[in-house]
Amino acid sequence: MSDVLQYTVQGLAAGSFYALAALGLAIIFGVLGVVNFAHGAFYMLGAVTAAVLLDTTEIGLWWALLVVPLLLFGFGVVVERLLVQWLLRLDPLYNFLLTFGLTLLLVDLVKRKYGVSGLPYERPEVLDGRFELLGVGLPKYQLFVLIFSIAVCLVVWLVMTRTRIGMIVRASTERPELARALGINVGRWVTPVFGFGVALAGLAGVLAAPFRAITADMGNDFIIILFAVVVIGGLGSIVGAVVGGFLVGLVEAFGQAYAPTYAQILIFVLMAAVVLVRPAGLFGREETA
Amino acid sequence: MLEVEKLSSWYGEAQALHGVTLQVREGEVVTLVGRNGAGKTTLLRSLMGLHKQTEGRIELRGRDVSRLPAHRRARAGMGWVQDDRGIYATLTVEENLVLPPRVSDRAWSLDAVYDVFPVLADRRRAPGTTLSGGEQQMLAIARVLRTGASLLLLDEPSEGLAPVVVARIGQIIGQVKESGVGVLLIEQNVRFAATVADRHYLLAQGRIVDALDNDQFVARQQDLLEHLGI
Repeated sequence: MSDVLQYTVQGLAAGSFYALAALGLAIIFGVLGVVNFAHGAFYMLGAVTAAVLLDTTEIGLWWALLVVPLLLFGFGVVVERLLVQWLLRLDPLYNFLLTFGLTLLLVDLVKRKYGVSGLPYERPEVLDGRFELLGVGLPKYQLFVLIFSIAVCLVVWLVMTRTRIGMIVRASTERPELARALGINVGRWVTPVFGFGVALAGLAGVLAAPFRAITADMGNDFIIILFAVVVIGGLGSIVGAVVGGFLVGLVEAFGQAYAPTYAQILIFVLMAAVVLVRPAGLFGREETA
Repeated sequence: MLEVEKLSSWYGEAQALHGVTLQVREGEVVTLVGRNGAGKTTLLRSLMGLHKQTEGRIELRGRDVSRLPAHRRARAGMGWVQDDRGIYATLTVEENLVLPPRVSDRAWSLDAVYDVFPVLADRRRAPGTTLSGGEQQMLAIARVLRTGASLLLLDEPSEGLAPVVVARIGQIIGQVKESGVGVLLIEQNVRFAATVADRHYLLAQGRIVDALDNDQFVARQQDLLEHLGI
């Protein structure tokens, strides 16, 4: 019983990173139609930026949770204006080439500057140690990650369902051409939406910084799992991204606990099973052409 | 109010519209009649600015809109109801209604919409596509009326609907016309077209082959049914 609770929290904490990053991926895909293969690199940049901030300016985790997403938002805006905007008119193949190429570039730049050995990151003392719940000592940091991520997902969900901006994002995602014919300047939302998606990946990176090894390559495995997450949840679905993220986190944690050799494979077995039963993913919509 | 001059459209190499010239006046209902593939939907999409390969002049209320992107044509007063009604599944009925911005003083208030379409008021919180086909058509029309569009482009509003719903849509088109809005309507249902429209353009292979007033249209109804295969 205590094991189950422990693995559940561990899985949900790991799932938090996936959920936040997948949320960004889903929103970007919805509005831009761009599958952002550089999302893992943006996640890595989030963690690296947090580590560099702590090392050089002593800006700790609390401020990093605010500052790093803002920096990544700015970076996302620049990347969109400079590069991604040209994709919108091109064959999807270029989408892969550009975002994958960007990943290689960012990863190598970080390697050149900070090496391959991993940067240290110390979390605030208050998040050290364990918290007793039902007689089980659970790592405080995992609980913090979990609660913080759920809160962020909830805020994003409220914005998406309760505000005019959210309504426009949903309409542009579902039928971009119709949204334009109804007088909505879809193009105006493209840049901020991309920036926002990148900021979410960066936020996931900051949360992962005290928890995972901070290296230039940390986004490489992450992006592969992330695509399993969005396929399971349904590409472009916001709820699907979050549910898929937590689900994959759980599968990973229980897999590592009970069948470590198969932990990664299990995720893709789950993905295959979902695609067989629901090709558009758990919360995806079938294309109505 | 709408002046179209020598409008041509292409799909790659294939020309779909050949120099279409037509007018719609204020408070006038005009239909586009023709076989499938004659270019009716392409014409409406070209007017709306959704078809890129288009040449020719489109004037709306004296303003040349032919270079404007779709969202600015909508803001200039064009209201498009596409053939599949275009109701958003991820938006509620009310969100579908309030999504497009208001473009003129003619814009209907939400209360006015709910007065005329009580079923939309009852289902305001439901996802748009949970409505029946007829209700979705009402919602699509109500959505462009709420913007205050001065020209409605309706792509087969009667298609697949029960006669009682078609009659209701006819009444609404009549009301809209009274308020001075121009309506350009694609219609395969010749009887329905004859009851709502003032004039008719016959479209064949991307060309306007005839322009008829409603009396001529009614007189030739049988002939049209046979020869146009509509």
